Amino acid sequence: MIDAALTFGFGAFGLALLMNLARLAKGPTLMDRVLALDTMVINVIALIILYGVKQGTAVYFEASLLLAMVGFVSTVALCKFLLRGDVIE
Amino acid sequence: MAELIVSALIVIGGFFGLVGSFGLLKLPDLMTRLHAPTKATTLGVGGVLVASMVYFSAVEGQISWHELMISLFLFITAPISAKMIAKAYLHVHKTPADLPPTGRPYGWSNFAAPPPDDEVLDGFPKAQAARREAE
Repeated sequence: MIDAALTFGFGAFGLALLMNLARLAKGPTLMDRVLALDTMVINVIALIILYGVKQGTAVYFEASLLLAMVGFVSTVALCKFLLRGDVIE
Repeated sequence: MAELIVSALIVIGGFFGLVGSFGLLKLPDLMTRLHAPTKATTLGVGGVLVASMVYFSAVEGQISWHELMISLFLFITAPISAKMIAKAYLHVHKTPADLPPTGRPYGWSNFAAPPPDDEVLDGFPKAQAARREAE
């Protein structure tokens, strides 16, 4: 039963990633693209966790934690750059 | 039993992840679009993380705390990045003329300087004045 649920989860998050990609390509504003990238990072975290459950190992948590941090920092850096013209003043 | 819970949580998480990204694609403008991914995708990832927590607890016989750390981090950072995106959007794509009045003697924080500390105004600053008197 877990296998079926995992297949559904992979499909759902893969489709979600495709939708984010469509929003990333379509825009129309700059901030839409930043938001799409932020959402993509979150969906990839979910995919990595699901892959870890499928493989039955705990080594993928570090990867997803790192990705969560990098995604947050990059979103804030992009917003800060657009707000102030500089990331760290 | 654990298998059932894990499967249900993964399906719920996948569903909410899908709803969040569909909202991102379908809603009309950025301020409404901001709502879908920051709420539903965090719920989706939360469901998947709890599923993974239950799964590894059942397999290894002891609770694993990594997932709790990741979900805590995501729950803390999601509103911050949403706020930053909204603020940058107002700054880049809007002017003060586009925004509704604030209902206060000073303007939106993006465009107007903050009110001086020693100035007494209606609203909040009464508390400030009371605090000044107490000191």
